[in-house]
Amino acid sequence: MHIEYTDEQNMLRDSVDKYLRDNYSFESRQAVAKSGEGFSEQQWRTFAELGWLAMTLPEEHGGFEGGALETMILCEAFGKHLVLEPYMETVVLTAGLLQEAGPDIHEKYLAGVAEGRVQGALAALEAGRQSSLRHVETRAESCAEGFKLSGSKCTVFNGPAADVFLVTARTSGDAYSAEGISLFAVDAGLPGLSRRDYPTYDGRHASELWLDGVTVPEGALVGEPGRGYPVLEKIIDRALLALSAEAVGAMDSLLAATVEYTKQRKQFGKPISRFQVLRHRMADMFMEIELTRSLMLATAYKLDQNADDASALVSALKAKVGKSGPFVGQNAIQLHGGIGMTEELSVGHYFKRIAVIENLFNSRDFHLQRYMRLTCE
Amino acid sequence: MEEQEFRDEVRRFLEDSLTPELKRAGQLMTSVFADFDATMEWHRILYEKGWVAPDWPKEYGGPGWNITQRYVFQEECKLANAPALLPMGLQMLGPMLIGYGTEEQKNYYLPRILSGEDVWCQGYSEPGAGSDLASLSTSAVRDGDDYLVNGSKIWTSYAQHSNRIFCLVRTSKEGPPQAGISFLLIDMDSPGIRVDPIVGLDGSVEQCQVFFDNVRVPVANLVGEENQGWSVAKYLLEFERGGQNFTVDHKKQTAKLHRQARAELNPDGIPWIDDPVFRNKMASVEVDALALEYTELRIKGALEAGANPGALSSLTKVMGTEISQRFNELSVEVMGTFITPFQHEALQPDFEGEIVGPKHGLTVMAEYINNRASTIYGGTAEIQRDIIAKRVLEL
Repeated sequence: MHIEYTDEQNMLRDSVDKYLRDNYSFESRQAVAKSGEGFSEQQWRTFAELGWLAMTLPEEHGGFEGGALETMILCEAFGKHLVLEPYMETVVLTAGLLQEAGPDIHEKYLAGVAEGRVQGALAALEAGRQSSLRHVETRAESCAEGFKLSGSKCTVFNGPAADVFLVTARTSGDAYSAEGISLFAVDAGLPGLSRRDYPTYDGRHASELWLDGVTVPEGALVGEPGRGYPVLEKIIDRALLALSAEAVGAMDSLLAATVEYTKQRKQFGKPISRFQVLRHRMADMFMEIELTRSLMLATAYKLDQNADDASALVSALKAKVGKSGPFVGQNAIQLHGGIGMTEELSVGHYFKRIAVIENLFNSRDFHLQRYMRLTCE
Repeated sequence: MEEQEFRDEVRRFLEDSLTPELKRAGQLMTSVFADFDATMEWHRILYEKGWVAPDWPKEYGGPGWNITQRYVFQEECKLANAPALLPMGLQMLGPMLIGYGTEEQKNYYLPRILSGEDVWCQGYSEPGAGSDLASLSTSAVRDGDDYLVNGSKIWTSYAQHSNRIFCLVRTSKEGPPQAGISFLLIDMDSPGIRVDPIVGLDGSVEQCQVFFDNVRVPVANLVGEENQGWSVAKYLLEFERGGQNFTVDHKKQTAKLHRQARAELNPDGIPWIDDPVFRNKMASVEVDALALEYTELRIKGALEAGANPGALSSLTKVMGTEISQRFNELSVEVMGTFITPFQHEALQPDFEGEIVGPKHGLTVMAEYINNRASTIYGGTAEIQRDIIAKRVLEL
């Protein structure tokens, strides 16, 4: 097993990094974050033109058939440059789930995602039980036209911009049962669908979503009825890799900024990088990041191989991010001192994004337990 | 007066005087500061009662309480969600003036601190002098009966609300850096002062940078001797580090976390508080908080016996802030994705709209973010550990 970036991957890595370095400054990012939009339409179109959005999509819809490694490379760069654009929501989650659906749905959405015309959002969590994707009270009843959906969803990232929502709804089973959950592609703007939008701490936008008897056609069902949960789990494994890679990129930037700052910041007559306690702290940050990166590379490889232990690796990675992320984020602020607590510096914004990542699709303890379940049983 | 009797009296007063709006301001605190208007309203209420400066001697307007009574009062105020008063005048400058000020200074400034007429901010840190405070370079040069002050102060909390600032300034470059520092009282409306707000990570403005451009300050505003400001400063710093009682804060955090952990469910659908792994993590923090509580009691005992807690104040500052940060992390974990909504307006006491997510989660992310500052301000955790190594362990 090859556990390092290949030459080809390094080329992609360098080109993504170069584009973002030249065209995605922290200042322009902040301007977008404050604009109330959540992301830049213009950047999104450019991402499409550069082929990033199509990278992992099937060839017949204009894609390049890339896999987890390509997702990882893109998201690591997005993390490094604190990219706001909803790649994970639209491409990894929405397009990922839609690929599990029938050809009609592919036709309808995938080329649009590849070209940057279609945005998506996952609407899977419900208030009060938001730590479990299995907890679904939203109901889907069969009706003459197809299905009628009723219920509510919380923490729908990218909700305000979404053209299509991937909604979990129960066609059978009890509230916490993995059985009986179905997935639907629900077009924004359908009657009965309403939202409350809000900004998030990491500069994005999300929504609460209400479905009041929203009628969708039979063809909106993604996968088999009642068999949505395994599909969701599979795609969320991809999203967990994407998020973790983003965290690795963010940690790289935080360590680089901290090393740079401590070398130029002088106190007690010398650069503070000369103080052993701070040197050791940065050495620890480095070690945490590299260990996380190793798991990230291994996880991407395993996912692409469809390896039996791929999901265990995903949870190992997310658990590791749940430790290295706060350690690196908190110490980056600590070593910057007061300036690290200001809106003006990027450090705190990386810190906030990492805090959100830590808590998306469950935090460290959940994944430690999932890891044990997947490896011991 | 017996402790319980005193506690009852304080409770009765708090029940009668704390309006729902004031309590709301206290509940919505996500840092050491509460909403400014609510803070000053509460300040005036306590002033009327004669309880605004519990640590001041009676002759200067204190209530004449012993140490236990002061602890009880602080505890009850926090438990009742009273907005925290600004410490710069009441707890920092006031006691310092009582110790080092001239009669004129005491007579003029102390009553104005008590009444809330003067709002003070603290001009210590500079862009180039943080942990190494003694390297500060804001200069004060004698010019007749005035000093001409030039330079800049940073992390000046609530400077935008203050009409006065107490500053450490450099009056001499001779000798070791500590030797040429003086302590000056400056009017914020003096010509040549500019205040730039600094927006924090939670989107609010608590900190400022203050610029001095040929600001004239009468020599009479010097506190203590010229070039003797460092000993005054150190007195204040020790106060800033050890003067806080973390136990009450930890108790409040514990109660808050328990509330959240009872209401929110883990991925298996049981309350977090019944999740064995999470319970263990809660217990781990709570046991450390309990150990600190008894440490604070030991320090209180030493204070009552007239001893100086000295470097033990560094211990409580490091442990108190780090324990507090761990509570924040556990709250974040319990709230999961409900930490994400950015609801800045909802943190204002007069907000009347609907919030996103449960009420007990509203302040969690802002507290997690803002409390990262607690291991930075008032001497970083690294500096405090240095102090313990040097002064206690004599390394």
